[in-house]
Amino acid sequence: MNALLRAEGIVKRFGGFTALDTVSVHVAAGERLGIIGPNGSGKTTLMNVIAGRMRPDAGSITFDGAGLGGMPAWRRARLGIARTFQIPLPFGGLSLHDNLRVPLEQQAEADPPGRANALLAEFGLARRAGDLAADLSQVELRKLELARAVAGGPRLLISDEAMAGLSGAEIDEVLELLLRLNARGITVVMIEHMMRAIMRFSQRVICLDVGRVIAEGTPDAVVAHPELRRAYLGA
Amino acid sequence: MDFELLLDALLAGVLLGGFYAALSLGLAIAFGLLDVPHIAHPAFVLVGAYGAILVQGKFGIDPVLAGLLLAVPFYFFGTAVYRFYHTTFESRGSDAGLRGLAFFFGVAFVVEVLLILAFGIDQRGVRAPYIGRALEIGELRLPWRMVVASAVALVVAGAMMLWLSRTYIGRAVQAVAQDTQALALMGADPVRVKRIAFGVATASVALSGALLVVVGPVEPNMARIYIGKVFAIVVLAGLGSVSGTVLAAVLLGIAESLMLSSPAASWTPAVAFGLLLAVLAFRPQGLFGR
Amino acid sequence: MRGWGVFASGGVAVVLLAVLATQTVANDYLFFAAFVVLQFVVLATAWNILGGYCGYVNFGTGAFVALGAYTAVALHKFADLPLPLLVTAGAAMGGVLGAAVGLLTLRLRGIYFAIATLAVTIILETAVLNWDYVGGARGITVDRPHADALFGTYNRMLVVFMAAMAVVAVAIARWVGHSAFGRSLSAIRDSEDAAEACGVPTLKRKVQAAALSGAMMGAAGAPLPLYLNFVDHTSAFGLNYAVSALAMPMIGGTGHWIGPVIGALLLGTAQQAVTVTISSEINVLVTGLLLIGFVVAAPRGILGWLKR
Repeated sequence: MNALLRAEGIVKRFGGFTALDTVSVHVAAGERLGIIGPNGSGKTTLMNVIAGRMRPDAGSITFDGAGLGGMPAWRRARLGIARTFQIPLPFGGLSLHDNLRVPLEQQAEADPPGRANALLAEFGLARRAGDLAADLSQVELRKLELARAVAGGPRLLISDEAMAGLSGAEIDEVLELLLRLNARGITVVMIEHMMRAIMRFSQRVICLDVGRVIAEGTPDAVVAHPELRRAYLGA
Repeated sequence: MDFELLLDALLAGVLLGGFYAALSLGLAIAFGLLDVPHIAHPAFVLVGAYGAILVQGKFGIDPVLAGLLLAVPFYFFGTAVYRFYHTTFESRGSDAGLRGLAFFFGVAFVVEVLLILAFGIDQRGVRAPYIGRALEIGELRLPWRMVVASAVALVVAGAMMLWLSRTYIGRAVQAVAQDTQALALMGADPVRVKRIAFGVATASVALSGALLVVVGPVEPNMARIYIGKVFAIVVLAGLGSVSGTVLAAVLLGIAESLMLSSPAASWTPAVAFGLLLAVLAFRPQGLFGR
Repeated sequence: MRGWGVFASGGVAVVLLAVLATQTVANDYLFFAAFVVLQFVVLATAWNILGGYCGYVNFGTGAFVALGAYTAVALHKFADLPLPLLVTAGAAMGGVLGAAVGLLTLRLRGIYFAIATLAVTIILETAVLNWDYVGGARGITVDRPHADALFGTYNRMLVVFMAAMAVVAVAIARWVGHSAFGRSLSAIRDSEDAAEACGVPTLKRKVQAAALSGAMMGAAGAPLPLYLNFVDHTSAFGLNYAVSALAMPMIGGTGHWIGPVIGALLLGTAQQAVTVTISSEINVLVTGLLLIGFVVAAPRGILGWLKR
């Protein structure tokens, strides 16, 4: 596989609790990878380690062939690893327009205001360009998170439970956006609980439980996996 | 420095540390466990001190006893303060950090000025049979007031540790420090638990204040110097560790005492803050941090 | 950026107004009050760059003012240097202190930075008390001319100078507010994690903001000993600086450069009025109560009121 991202042997402990127990994940360039698993299985922790928000206790991350080592999160973002947050973290005191200008300005973009407006239009947020990000609805917040994440022109986008709290139609809206972004060449890793979204979106699925990879394969294969039933239902 | 002087300074430092522990235990809970940016803690201690002065003035009782009596109204004062803080700042999220800090700073400031207006800028003290006399063991002189302060500190620390580990509420407080969500799942109301804890912390402040004025006369602008000492102790201890707080307090006491008997004595006020900066720079999680 | 023409004209007008006052106003006390208020415009504006824009509270404005003041005193005593050089030196020292405290504590939570600024105040004050060259505990008198060729008295000249400094300070704040730098500071304030995820080098920006804020405060402190003819540790390290520099932006509004200016003008003038007519203790009490009141009831300050 032409791996864009390799996470090898990642171990992460919080005090006495092992969140990630030697996890290895590869992400192919251009693919749509889904990550599932019960609460507390380590999905978000793994993404935090990949994005640089946390240091692993062991293991390595390689992006586009180069090891990331102890590179801080902001440098990884500039390198092309983008992520959204499980609970949206908008820049509430700034307008939507300015929310997008921030990542654009870190990338030495030639025309930040123009690009920001274009992105707002693409994500259906142009109407609210001047509004404060703090005043947005749930689905608008999710869309802003995505727009902000892709503003920097990333190679890899990690979407962390972007569908949580959304209605059926809103889920479809966000899914369409993610599919469009992938069609443009952005590799997407989607963490989700909503199985419908995972099945529709992913080419490959990885399932985590108690800090370990317990299943990996096509969506259908993983969903039928006996380990999965045990993890989710405790049977 | 010859051995006798060194021993003297060390012993004085240990006793001083015991006294500092008495001052800091309330903050170990309020800031260490509850995460409240309680810059006004030393100001509250000072209010406790002046309270003890007033109670002794009115009823003629021993200052430490006065402190114990004041612990009751201070508890309710503490719950009220936390209730206000939570409604106004904690639950509003976003820039609550900035405003919460500014709020407590304002409160500390207003308390200082109110104390000046009420009591003037001159020093005030209390009387007690153990103030002014010393315990003599061989060549060593241990001022009784420091021994009393350290003894009370140990008792309070012990009581707090028991409370935190043996009672339902105490364990709930430790749990809420680790994970508010888990507590809510257990069926306890995290806000109520925090409120009680803050009340207990403030109650201990009444006692701290009484000990402060036992150890020496007080004046309204003292709070500022103590901010550095108590936060240095709580941070060095590691947030939330009661035993760590006692140890850290003793370490600071010894450091200050040694500095005081050295040629660089006039730099002693800077020791606590210097220690704080060093801890923040090199080991921000403290000695026993969670 | 737009609007600089209008802003510059306004700034020039302010300075000209000050110059006019030196020729027409007779009451010397008014100049003292003006000096203090203008100094607070600089301090409140400086505070807001790190506090309002970036979300980090500085309790140690007094330390930076004193650093600027004592730097000026030491240099003035060493070699009778002109005022602009003294101000530059004060700014340099303030910038270094801001950067140093920042590097030490800005990777930790906000409260640790705040307490570190308190620590720095006590440590610097202790250092000054131990340094006889600048007067130690007694303070030191500063020799400077009494008269000034252009403006009558030296003090009046200082008021015009301070007015110019205030204009420059506000210009800096305005530039920051409209720049990519300022936007990254606001991003850090609203969500440091999200800012990092957007590629903002958060620690570097915070330290830069702390250095800029500190430099402006140090610059504001430098003329102080020249104005008073004297400086000692109580006048330089005054807690009133710490509380007022914090209260003024909170009262005026922290989101825009006008906020600290409004706060400084209103609270500064009120402080002068109260100190003269009632007492300095009541003045300090009122400042503290206003701070608490606004922080609790009107978090967006006066600007927030007006916007509704």
